[in-house]
Amino acid sequence: MERWGVGKIAIFLHGLAGAAVLTALYMALVFAPREAAMGDVQRIFYWHVATAWVGFFAFFITLIASIAYLRTGRRRWDIVALSSVEIGLAFAVIMTVTGSLWAKPVWNTWWTWEPRLTTVAIMLLIYATYLLLRRVIEDPGRRARFAAVYGIAGFVSVPITFMAIRWWRTIHPVIFKSEGFDLSPAMLVALIVSVAAYSLLYVSLLLLRTQLEFLSDEAAELRESLDE
Amino acid sequence: MSSAWQAVWAVVKKDILAELRTKETLSMMLIFVLLAVFIFNFAFDLRVENVREVAPGVMWVAFVFAGVLGLNRSFIQEADKGCLDGLLMTPVDRSLIYLGKMLGNLIFMLAVDAIALPVFSVLLNLALVRWDIALIVVLGTLGFAGVGTLFSAMTANTRAREVMLPLLLFPVALPLVLAAVKATAGVLDGASLGEVANWLNLLIGYDVVFLTISYLTFDYVVES
Repeated sequence: MERWGVGKIAIFLHGLAGAAVLTALYMALVFAPREAAMGDVQRIFYWHVATAWVGFFAFFITLIASIAYLRTGRRRWDIVALSSVEIGLAFAVIMTVTGSLWAKPVWNTWWTWEPRLTTVAIMLLIYATYLLLRRVIEDPGRRARFAAVYGIAGFVSVPITFMAIRWWRTIHPVIFKSEGFDLSPAMLVALIVSVAAYSLLYVSLLLLRTQLEFLSDEAAELRESLDE
Repeated sequence: MSSAWQAVWAVVKKDILAELRTKETLSMMLIFVLLAVFIFNFAFDLRVENVREVAPGVMWVAFVFAGVLGLNRSFIQEADKGCLDGLLMTPVDRSLIYLGKMLGNLIFMLAVDAIALPVFSVLLNLALVRWDIALIVVLGTLGFAGVGTLFSAMTANTRAREVMLPLLLFPVALPLVLAAVKATAGVLDGASLGEVANWLNLLIGYDVVFLTISYLTFDYVVES
């Protein structure tokens, strides 16, 4: 009963996120000024940073949900952790692909083994393995516990990835420094709108995905009761 | 405090005793570590002019692969012979059982590394038996054994368990291996330990973080 309420909120949020993403598109493609050195290619930056932020944030939510699951043993935390990995991985892949598209004209290569790209590759591998791990464990309780432990251990890769361009010498640009931003005011506005839009999309996707998992639990229960 | 160490020591002693009776795991790891170096030798033979450039990578890949062999057996043996249930029934904190298993794995791995390093020195014609390299090996192996023991306890209970351990462990251990390779390469190129301090710090930080995470979460992994 309660779930229908959540479903409606999720659908409403989804519509809102759709409108926000369209606005972000406008901001990135039209509103933001043309970058002097790189030209229009630089506009991919608004997706790249926004999806990167969502990806990192999603893995952080998985960390929190994993800790909460180990503490309470409640299935809902396991569902949140799983859903957030799936969404985070999708966003992290978008981040990697957009970064690669930008790198081809600017760095003259799709990929190079510099610190940021290397640590990102490791992070993607870890969360892909997280999903694989869930598939090879039959017992639901054990699956949830092992996944939670891996969700906690794997998260270490996220701050390392974030800090990689600050700790090591790298060709990856650093936009947010302790001294401030390397952006013009209009660019900053476009970036903030993009980040907000994709964050909203993340929240609505998370609601829908968790809802789906609750429903599939319910369907499994019903099927079991039919078998009896 | 002393009773805690007694419990840890009991687990370590059990593993060492069992290993000394059969010597299976150690000999498997040793032969594998040598095989790995042979294979690398053939693979790189014609291309590399300076062995020193590839030696750290060869050495660490061999250590890490051999380490996974040992880790795989660490809990699968326990689970298959019902020993794990017995261990868990003992009235001690499960974190202590983790420490015992971890120390056992660490000792096996370091023993293999200690035998392999002089052999590598001969085969690669490089002086690898040095105290600074020994320190890097200890730091690298500690973190690898720390998180490896945790994942080994996990994968012993999954389908396709021998395959799952490297899949889980390698991406998580990659920063550690990277730091160990970089530190070893730096030292081999004549840098002092102080000059590779940033990589050593990463190794130490990794060791501390993953030993803490493993120590805290082991309980949930063996809970049934």
